[in-house]
Amino acid sequence: MCLAIPAKILSLVDNPAHGAMVEVVGVRRRVDISLVEPEGIAPGDWVLIHVGFALSKIREEDAYDQLRMLAALGETEAAVQEVRGYFEDTAELQAKEDSYP
Amino acid sequence: MKFTDEFRDTELILRTSEEIRRLADPARHYRLMEVCGGHTHAIYRFGLNDLLPSNIELIHGPGCPVCVLPMGRIDDGLAIAAGNDLIFTAFGDMMRVPGTHGSPLEHKARGADVRIVYSPADALKIARANPSRHVMFFAIGFETTAPSTALTLMRAKAEGIRNFSVFCNHVTIIPAIRAILDSPDMRIDAFIGPGHVSTVIGCRVYEWIARHEGKPIVVSGFEPLDVLQSVVMILHQMERGEAKVENQYRRVVPWEGNRAALKVMADVFTLRSYFEWRGMGFISQSALALNDTYGDWDAERLFNVPGIRVTDPKAAQCGEVLKGVLKPQQCKLFGSECTPENPVGALMVSSEGACAAYYQYEHRKSQLVSIPA
Repeated sequence: MCLAIPAKILSLVDNPAHGAMVEVVGVRRRVDISLVEPEGIAPGDWVLIHVGFALSKIREEDAYDQLRMLAALGETEAAVQEVRGYFEDTAELQAKEDSYP
Repeated sequence: MKFTDEFRDTELILRTSEEIRRLADPARHYRLMEVCGGHTHAIYRFGLNDLLPSNIELIHGPGCPVCVLPMGRIDDGLAIAAGNDLIFTAFGDMMRVPGTHGSPLEHKARGADVRIVYSPADALKIARANPSRHVMFFAIGFETTAPSTALTLMRAKAEGIRNFSVFCNHVTIIPAIRAILDSPDMRIDAFIGPGHVSTVIGCRVYEWIARHEGKPIVVSGFEPLDVLQSVVMILHQMERGEAKVENQYRRVVPWEGNRAALKVMADVFTLRSYFEWRGMGFISQSALALNDTYGDWDAERLFNVPGIRVTDPKAAQCGEVLKGVLKPQQCKLFGSECTPENPVGALMVSSEGACAAYYQYEHRKSQLVSIPA
């Protein structure tokens, strides 16, 4: 929950979702960017994500530092799991629920 | 050295460590509190204590959300779920935190509908997909996660989703720092300020700590060099007899914080007059509740809340460890009855809890038997 996960913006999704497709540690997901929109967000930008919401825009080099930091703390797997956990739509939700033991 | 392979700036780290030794007055004892649990984890992981002289003591602060949540709130949340046959959703961090009758995960094993979510937005999606069931999100965290809960509630209201509610346990960091400074058994000389919380609340909100309490506070990043540089900045201030707020983590933290995030929090939440913190007791105006506009999505208004209050197990000394009065290994249960595999107290659950961090990196190291060559 307290992980700050760096993600690269791939494309913006139309309102009202205030979403963006991002790629993070090899996983593509939609996250909410409404809290960083005032800073101006475009594809190629990097953001730090907390629980599915971008909270700050960062430089690419700082994003890579943060990725290295997650790896050093042994939290890359937790980050991948978290990002994979953000599900997209009802079909994905159903698949996720079907996988519950 | 634990970070040689992982960070390019090993040379700089060592030079900064030497600078700290030069700056620290050998006649003084320095008590620096790192407020944030993320820093606690990093300090143990990278063995940063080994790079500090023995008269600089790092005290672990209250900034681990699952650690400071009183057990009664977990019991309350699980009781609401059981009494109303609803879907209980929470972050993975919460799942193994012990309640009186077991953790959320153990309740799931006994048949409760408990689901892990990674974002509050996903709890709302579960509500959309299950219109005949009620979905409650057990919200925890400081100002880093509170804006996401607020935005999710705004979306629920805009879409008119009525089978969704939030059981709100969001807390705010400033009153906790104030409580620490007011506590007679805690003498802290300076603070290593939280990184990601400050992304939201900015740095200006700490000015009273410097101005009125006379304590330096440096908002810090999480890499070894960040933490050490923050210690240098603190020592420089103390050497000059100054106390001010400085921002070492400028590459991520803006001085003014994130205005959009503060705005959505102000639109959705109201301050509780008081809230209980594990180990620290009741702290006034230290937590958030949903305001009247969002009353229809407030689990505490929709359902009967038992209001369970539980004292921590007598032998566990979580409170003393949380306040930095005891080191993790000084607790009677540490490493014997209380381990990360079988936690008695919340500090042993989260990797940001002082006990789990100490256990993972220091305790195991001390248990290794060296084999003679």
